[in-house]
Amino acid sequence: MTKKGFTSALDMPDVPMGKLPDHLEVQRTRVVCKADAPINTEGIQYSGSYATMGIDNSTPLERFRKNFKVEVIRLTEDEMEFDMIGIDAAIANAFRRILISEVPTMAIERVFMVDNTSPIVDEVLAHRLGLTPLDADPRLFEYMSGHDVANERNTIVFKLHVSCKKGSPRLTVKSDQLEWLPDGSKLHEVAPSLPGEQQKTYTSFSGSQMEVSKKPLGVMHKDITIARLGPGQTIELEAHAVKGIGKVHAKWSPVATAWYRMLPEVVFLKEVKGEEAVQLVDKCKQGVFDIEDLGNGERRAFVKNPRACTLCRECLRGVSEDPVELRRVRDHFIFTIESAAAVPPEVLFTEAVKILEEKCERVISELS
Amino acid sequence: MKACQLFSVIDEDHTLANSVRFVLNQDPRVSFCGYSIPHPSDNNVNIRVQTTGDSAKDVLKDALHDLVQCASMSDLHLTHLLLSSRQHNQLKRWKLMNNFLVSI
Repeated sequence: MTKKGFTSALDMPDVPMGKLPDHLEVQRTRVVCKADAPINTEGIQYSGSYATMGIDNSTPLERFRKNFKVEVIRLTEDEMEFDMIGIDAAIANAFRRILISEVPTMAIERVFMVDNTSPIVDEVLAHRLGLTPLDADPRLFEYMSGHDVANERNTIVFKLHVSCKKGSPRLTVKSDQLEWLPDGSKLHEVAPSLPGEQQKTYTSFSGSQMEVSKKPLGVMHKDITIARLGPGQTIELEAHAVKGIGKVHAKWSPVATAWYRMLPEVVFLKEVKGEEAVQLVDKCKQGVFDIEDLGNGERRAFVKNPRACTLCRECLRGVSEDPVELRRVRDHFIFTIESAAAVPPEVLFTEAVKILEEKCERVISELS
Repeated sequence: MKACQLFSVIDEDHTLANSVRFVLNQDPRVSFCGYSIPHPSDNNVNIRVQTTGDSAKDVLKDALHDLVQCASMSDLHLTHLLLSSRQHNQLKRWKLMNNFLVSI
């Protein structure tokens, strides 16, 4: 005897094979953001998850190739915003991690102090110099390992020589006073013992660095304050820049930052009309909702710009019954790359992809 | 030929391991796959692959090849898109997709 409101499993209507019921489809393809926290965040990745329903959850390369899309929203010299559709969070995150920590740039690593009577202590000055972004394409240079000789292919030499005369007001040392030395270091490592002897400097440039980099090198921004000098104070130093990656030190990170977010999706759970609709449109400060006229004087709220949703959840606050459901599309990523290096953002992305490929090739060659 | 193997990869971290794990999951020959980082100070990662009969090494190699394809495809799409819109608009610095400046 069946109890009231109880359906035996044997009496349930048959689930159509080959197609997921709606609630499972939402679980598979969307992250639902409830008022307190998101649910379904991990995602159903296993290829045989829905095997009992006759659905193949795998994505063979052919299907990926067909469904994958890229759309560029904004591209400037420093910043790029683009959408990647059809990719998974694991790979999007791999790109983000590589962009932040494994794409190489040039940054000042060694500072040879000759004279520093400024109020900025040696190591703090050297730290500041290291963080100054340089306008040098890292693809033209090689890495320098511990015992390598510093030559024009792996080191960029800058000189800073500023003094503030006695009686003049305080002087601000800006980054454009870093002078590039294309012929290498001018500091002598050992004092020459015989007059006229060839003096050994800290680098061994065999030619001008102009041949390596076709254009003059310098700093990216000319107005970064490096130090301030009072009257009678001097800074004289030589700085050597080398190629490195962000993993070793953040000064070598090419991006101001790179981040992604998933495409927001806002779905109405019930119709919101009249006064409620006006309140809802007003609550959302990002302009996600708008009013449409239904004809007979009725007004209804609809989703105008779901992309602007920042998940502030104002629309869910203070209501007993949620009018909307906030979701994220699991395979649609809005990527933003802000380049802080000499390389434009689209080139940075290409470099990141190459690095991921290299990592895979390395493991493949080890397995063979 | 082993169907279950644990691969310990040196000098790698979540960047590669999570991506490979995802691609492995998509392969119908795999019955279980996962990765773990034994200690965050040591720079290595353990990737475990269990298959339904095929050699685990071959399945991992195929997954890595697929990952390379995925990565190069995303780059190809982006470069192709940027180049074609430059030709289309004939501007020195590329302006894109409906001139949308979406501020978020």
